[in-house]
Amino acid sequence: MSTTATSPLPGPGGPGSRQSGSDDALATSAKPVTWKTPVLLSVLGLIAFVFFGLMGPQQTASFGISTSGDFFQLPALQVQAFLAGLVLSVIMLGLAGYAIYLKTKDRAAPSWLPILFIVLFVAAFLIWVVGGARTPSISLAGLIAGSVTLAVPLVFGSLSGVLCERVGVVNIAIEGQLLGGAFTAAMVATMTGNPFIGLVAAAVAGAVVSMVLAVFSIKYLVNQIIVGVVLNVLVSGVTGFLFSTVMQANKAQFNTPDRLPIIDIPVLSSIPIIGPILFRQSLVGYLMYVAVIVVWVGLFKTRWGLRVRAVGEHPQAADTMGIKVNATRFWNVTLGGAIAGIGGSFFTLVAIDSFTKEISGGRGFIALAALIFGRWNPIGAFFAALLFGFADNLQSIVTIIGTPVPSQFMSMLPYLVTVLAVAGLVGRSRPPAASGIPYVKG
Amino acid sequence: MTEKHPHKHAAEQPDGKSHEASPSEEETSAAVTLDTAGGAMGPSAVPVTAQGGQLPGGPDTLVRKIFTGSGMVSVLAVLLALILGGLLIASTDRQVGTTAGYLFARPTDFLSAVWNAATRSYIALFQGSVFNPRGSSLAGQFAPLMETLTIATPLITAGLGVALAFRAGLFNIGAQGQIIMAGILAAWVGFALHLPMGLHLLLVLVAGIIGGAVWGGLVGLLKARTGAHEVILTIMFNYIALYFLRYLLNTPAFQRPGESNPISPILDPSAVYPQIFGSQYRLHLGFVLAIAATVLVWWLLNRSTVGFEFRAVGANPKAAQTAGINVSRSTILVMAIAGALAGLSGVAQVAGTEKVLTDGVAATYGFDAITVALLGRSTPWGTFAAGLLFGAFRAGAVQMQIQTGTPIDIVLVVQSLIVLFIAAPPLVRAVFGLNPRRRKPASAGRSQKAATTGGAA
Repeated sequence: MSTTATSPLPGPGGPGSRQSGSDDALATSAKPVTWKTPVLLSVLGLIAFVFFGLMGPQQTASFGISTSGDFFQLPALQVQAFLAGLVLSVIMLGLAGYAIYLKTKDRAAPSWLPILFIVLFVAAFLIWVVGGARTPSISLAGLIAGSVTLAVPLVFGSLSGVLCERVGVVNIAIEGQLLGGAFTAAMVATMTGNPFIGLVAAAVAGAVVSMVLAVFSIKYLVNQIIVGVVLNVLVSGVTGFLFSTVMQANKAQFNTPDRLPIIDIPVLSSIPIIGPILFRQSLVGYLMYVAVIVVWVGLFKTRWGLRVRAVGEHPQAADTMGIKVNATRFWNVTLGGAIAGIGGSFFTLVAIDSFTKEISGGRGFIALAALIFGRWNPIGAFFAALLFGFADNLQSIVTIIGTPVPSQFMSMLPYLVTVLAVAGLVGRSRPPAASGIPYVKG
Repeated sequence: MTEKHPHKHAAEQPDGKSHEASPSEEETSAAVTLDTAGGAMGPSAVPVTAQGGQLPGGPDTLVRKIFTGSGMVSVLAVLLALILGGLLIASTDRQVGTTAGYLFARPTDFLSAVWNAATRSYIALFQGSVFNPRGSSLAGQFAPLMETLTIATPLITAGLGVALAFRAGLFNIGAQGQIIMAGILAAWVGFALHLPMGLHLLLVLVAGIIGGAVWGGLVGLLKARTGAHEVILTIMFNYIALYFLRYLLNTPAFQRPGESNPISPILDPSAVYPQIFGSQYRLHLGFVLAIAATVLVWWLLNRSTVGFEFRAVGANPKAAQTAGINVSRSTILVMAIAGALAGLSGVAQVAGTEKVLTDGVAATYGFDAITVALLGRSTPWGTFAAGLLFGAFRAGAVQMQIQTGTPIDIVLVVQSLIVLFIAAPPLVRAVFGLNPRRRKPASAGRSQKAATTGGAA
């Protein structure tokens, strides 16, 4: 170590090796097609075949589609659990076999393949769980609507992550931004008596947390993961402290925010299944859809987005072209924090109407996983967050209908899925090349 | 935002022009260049200044060493964090609020109320963690110190695990999960098997270490084989371990008979650590093992080939690979050892402090271990000292909450502020006015030009 330290420094603007990427890229950028995806798909396919197929329950699972408020009623979906499990798992094995076949031809599996596989696996799992329950009947509409609701903070959090990582700053502080937003939203909404002002305050709080991340990682060049981890602790400490001292002492004055009203768009909200999730949301829910689209269009269709991505992939080249790298990073990270802050307001202004300690409950980390699962793409992150919201919601529903699977394993599911995802299913996902590396002009 | 600031031009070419830069800026830029291998990778968790060896950038005078060295920065960072924490305490204090009402009439009242609120809490913190003068006997007076050491034990060993991984360039956020897995195995051996004295405890220890090592090594394996990022993996593994523990505590194998709460049977007397200073203190053999682990990690890092490989991989994995070091093997090994160290914390919890397995077995030790390792700059003895400090905070905070009503959360604030400040020495020096004088604006313009052409050439 000391020999490196005393030797003359290599110039920072050295040859092209500069942006050769982080160690993640090192492992995944290898050209030859790996066995990862085929092997993983085969293993999952076999698990599905044995458990969902051969050992599948003999009951008929019933999935309610319409709710009483809908303007036309569809009959509930009846599925013979054993047969459906068998058929779905055989299709999955077929997909796995196709991936193996492609591998022997040295070709990578197309990107739709793992996605279709996931959809089938989730469907088979759902049928298996419901089919094995004491009351084999759930409302599909309720399940999906609940999933979207639970996914709202995850989507905002992962959008924040996308904005930060695309510009080259790793954002582990999503959890802190959500928590800061939740706390501030509750406090300001109660003090002003207006939840909309609380919503704005939440965005400001998230942005402030993000600014600390930006200042420390851009100006003081501290390792970004460290700042993120520490910021989470700091926000947890500050909000916990203020909750205990201020909010609990005078709950009526500081911690009884009004909820944001649910805005029901007439007629459209009565469409089965998609009505409630698209047209019966709070302001935060609608903002979620807007934010996903705006961030996606912004990043991939505008000049601003091109610049942002250039800064995240090759800051030196961006700098050469006259883009202010560190300023771009600073404002992008701040914007990301504001978005996560809005997501945090969901906890205290939509879900329940008061703040408690650690109300975000680790969802910032799930958002981080969703962002990676979604391949650093806003749309991908949105669907990944939906998947995690689905798992979260399913866990509470199956506890009610009584399944053979212990609820703890259902709770574990999103995390297991994430491990599988980052270890193989995501395939050739690659983070922005300069993510995590501070830019020193020179 | 950062554009206008003189720091912007911190990156100097090391040759020729370096005397124009102020020492601190030049040091920062040199350290960052070293740390990121010229911008090819993220800065390491261990500031390069902490890794030994002298930085390029002019001779160090003794005075400058004392006032700008990392030791001084650490002390000032702790001080600054305590001041900010004190202000937070004061800001919510009732007396302070009252006196603030007539701030302009009698500002001294306000200031003394602020001072009182902050110092009252900190005095309670000190009395709860080191020495309590109101204790009835000498033993009672030193009881808080013993409590500090007891709480510091799992912090130190888990912190060592995190620090070791940092040195190999890995972020081990997973100490929490590793402690849990170690706790599960150790506790099961402790209450399910009934073995003779000595052998039983040894098996408990081995089981715990294996539990942690497997859980950590699995992350290393996945990282080495698939390239998945260890930060994500360890965070996910923490949750998986926690839910697994919650599941087990509801199964007949782990739940205490006749108990509806998720709690395990009490460990056999032959399976628990003996108490060092008698039964009046909770301090147990785990603390001695923590000292031993510190020595071991020091030896491993500084005197062994494996440790050299870890550090080489941490400094620059590509260079290490080129030099013939098996990076995959190092990754797996270092995560397994880190897990084993966290496993010691798990054993210390179930066989020492708690003597029973609950779903709060790891408390927040695994997360605190990260800040401990960061505060200790990932050196073994630094981590040991940081573990003692945070152990004192934890132990004292309980007393502080009882005596003054200041919530325990203030400890989280102070801890995280300390780590933030220590990670950014220029900030701390700026706050205390210790930064060497800045360059004149004229020379800044000149050096910028030089740097630009230097980079292009």
